[in-house]
Amino acid sequence: MLRLFPGLTTALLLLPLAAGLGGMLLPAFGFLPALGGHSLSLDSWRMLYAEPGIDGAIRLTVVTGLAATFLSLAVALLLCAAIFDRPWFRRIDTALGPLLALPHSALAIGLAFLIAPSGWLVRLFSPWATGWDRPPDIASVQDPAGLALVLGLMTKEVPYLLLMIVAALGQVRPRASLILARSLGYGPVTAWFKVLLPQIYPQIRLPIYAVLAFSLAVVDVALILGPANPPTLAPLLVRWFTDRELARLFPASAGAILQLLLVVAAIALWRLGEIGLGFAGRPRLSSGGRGRHEGFLRTIGAGAGGLIVGLGLLGLLALLVWSFAGPWRFPDALPERFDTLVWQQRPAALLGPTSVTLTVAVASVLIALALSIGCLEAERRYGLRPGRKALLVLYLPLLVPQTAFLFGVQVLLIRVGVDGTWTALVWSHLLFVLPYIFLSLADPWRAFDPRYERVAGGLGVGPWRRLIRLKLPMLLRPILFASAVGFAVSVAQYLPTLLIGAGRWPTLTTEAVTLAAGGDRRLVAALALLQSALPLLVYASAILLPTWVFRARRDMQAAT
Amino acid sequence: MSRGLVITGLSIALGARVLIADLDLRIAPGAIVTVMGPSGSGKSSLLAAIGGWIEPAFTVSGEMRLDSEPLAGVPPERRRIGILFQDPLLFPHLTVGENLAFALPASIRGPERRQRIEAALEAAELSGYADRDPATLSGGQKARIALLRTLLSEPRALLLDEPFNRLDSELRDRIRQFVFDHARRADLPTLLVTHDEQDVAVGGPLIRLGS
Repeated sequence: MLRLFPGLTTALLLLPLAAGLGGMLLPAFGFLPALGGHSLSLDSWRMLYAEPGIDGAIRLTVVTGLAATFLSLAVALLLCAAIFDRPWFRRIDTALGPLLALPHSALAIGLAFLIAPSGWLVRLFSPWATGWDRPPDIASVQDPAGLALVLGLMTKEVPYLLLMIVAALGQVRPRASLILARSLGYGPVTAWFKVLLPQIYPQIRLPIYAVLAFSLAVVDVALILGPANPPTLAPLLVRWFTDRELARLFPASAGAILQLLLVVAAIALWRLGEIGLGFAGRPRLSSGGRGRHEGFLRTIGAGAGGLIVGLGLLGLLALLVWSFAGPWRFPDALPERFDTLVWQQRPAALLGPTSVTLTVAVASVLIALALSIGCLEAERRYGLRPGRKALLVLYLPLLVPQTAFLFGVQVLLIRVGVDGTWTALVWSHLLFVLPYIFLSLADPWRAFDPRYERVAGGLGVGPWRRLIRLKLPMLLRPILFASAVGFAVSVAQYLPTLLIGAGRWPTLTTEAVTLAAGGDRRLVAALALLQSALPLLVYASAILLPTWVFRARRDMQAAT
Repeated sequence: MSRGLVITGLSIALGARVLIADLDLRIAPGAIVTVMGPSGSGKSSLLAAIGGWIEPAFTVSGEMRLDSEPLAGVPPERRRIGILFQDPLLFPHLTVGENLAFALPASIRGPERRQRIEAALEAAELSGYADRDPATLSGGQKARIALLRTLLSEPRALLLDEPFNRLDSELRDRIRQFVFDHARRADLPTLLVTHDEQDVAVGGPLIRLGS
């Protein structure tokens, strides 16, 4: 039975992807019999090109997507170079974990509460420093250039890339390389970029591509922080697909394929950039330059990194303050008093979405755990050697933009008559939860000392009992950690919940994003706060629970 | 029916590389046979083939019988062959007592279970240690518990994979004596693999594998 797991998992991931992309390709070339499209044509593309503001949307998508990815990587690399030799750096992954658990949309709402014209930052500096006694008429959120969108993406992607860099560093003996380079006279920042970065870059390449694909196709953050007219392509597609006028499906399908092409082109462009930089940079690696501007680069790295992480955390605090705020006149730095009005008056608005969020997340995490463990056990028992292809299958749902295939899946589900069902919703979350759970479980699972199983086998204990009595408890810590990661991924899903759930399963995320544009600020803050609190709580339990369960087992404590 | 571990014409190869060629080996109950050879000489593959955890990439031919029953195709947990590695590998999430109980067959029930575990602790000179965290034991104590855990599972043979290597020299002689005594007393055919001359069981046969 175990033998079926790798195939089953691959099918669960690839079927919706293939079906969804296929379901977009046909109408993109005019074929959709239900709406009278019986022959292949380029009309969809002509209609797409005739849409007002389409060039602006494309330009904006490419510029913000590339800028967010490039700046996030630059800040993460500089920050890493600046703090790499600090003694607390080893424990930075524990500190970054909670930040990663926060959903994009909650961070974006927190940031909007900070930088909006009537936001906290303006209030903190008004009127004494700015002279404003009413909100200034500036577009600091949803600005036409998409600066707020780029900043919002960075608050999430900088910690993510930093964590990926830390994980990659763990495999290359970074300390020895760095000490060696510094003994040859290289400054720490220069040594970092010349010695360590070339070693780890291949391992952070796929995560960077995932960030790029995400930034180019993001919907929820773009709805909250991005420009409205024209918006980026992804929110524009959502608008078309949910339009009552069904003929919009034709240009929308072409747009979905365009979204995919944009991502593919951006990744190709990035790859070319890598090759060019590698080619041009190679002589500099051995040019003997020991590095200038070391101090300046360190300051920039620590400053920019600190600013991004600080904005994220301050935004979270803004959510907390706003959700308990009583009356709050404009230039005041704090509300007149705090109360729990929104929590008491709107329990239904909070409880319903909370329970849907929880049940869908728990179900998708449990299924993803079972599939991942099944695959990893099959790999071990049958001596399978998963190659690069398996890794690509896992990354595909993270690389193919959601906007490119989810509409196609939805159209298919409607035809089969299972759109809006809870099962379909959980499956759609599974597409994104499973890769993260598998990737974070794979290393600890493969590192499990096989001799424990051999000893147990020699004691007459069969494979299933070995799994239940030995492996699951001994790997409890990574299993719970992977679950926390998967839980956070599920909580954060916006587009799958909206589309595949057909609006019938409102979660904290869909409610918060929907209300963020002009809803009651206190309710939005409360929703976004819950949206952040759930993954944080799960993450904290994932760390504390094994420590408590194994409090009397020294070798089961986390290595420090 | 002949008792003990009997190996006839055993060959192990990985692709074109032959690791063990046409090995004959007969280990009577209570006897200790030592196999010596440098690393890469196929010692680990020999143990893996007998223990039943050899990777599918290896090709194994020849015959292995334990108490006259062929071993080929039998999964490790049904072979009843105990194994001791360099590290004691006590399960870190269980107490010392639970480690021993893990090995005890389920058919032994009730008060007898506790008595058997108490007796094992006594044999390890560790009475009263049942509720201890294995991480708090010394190297020698861990090694003794590891052996008694294996014996509690009532094996029909014992494999030793350089089990004394990690111990310091003073402890080493005592643990070696402890293991050999128990193996002989339990009447187990025992196969010891090592690259250290000191470990060779006194008076027992010695087989050298080429490199």
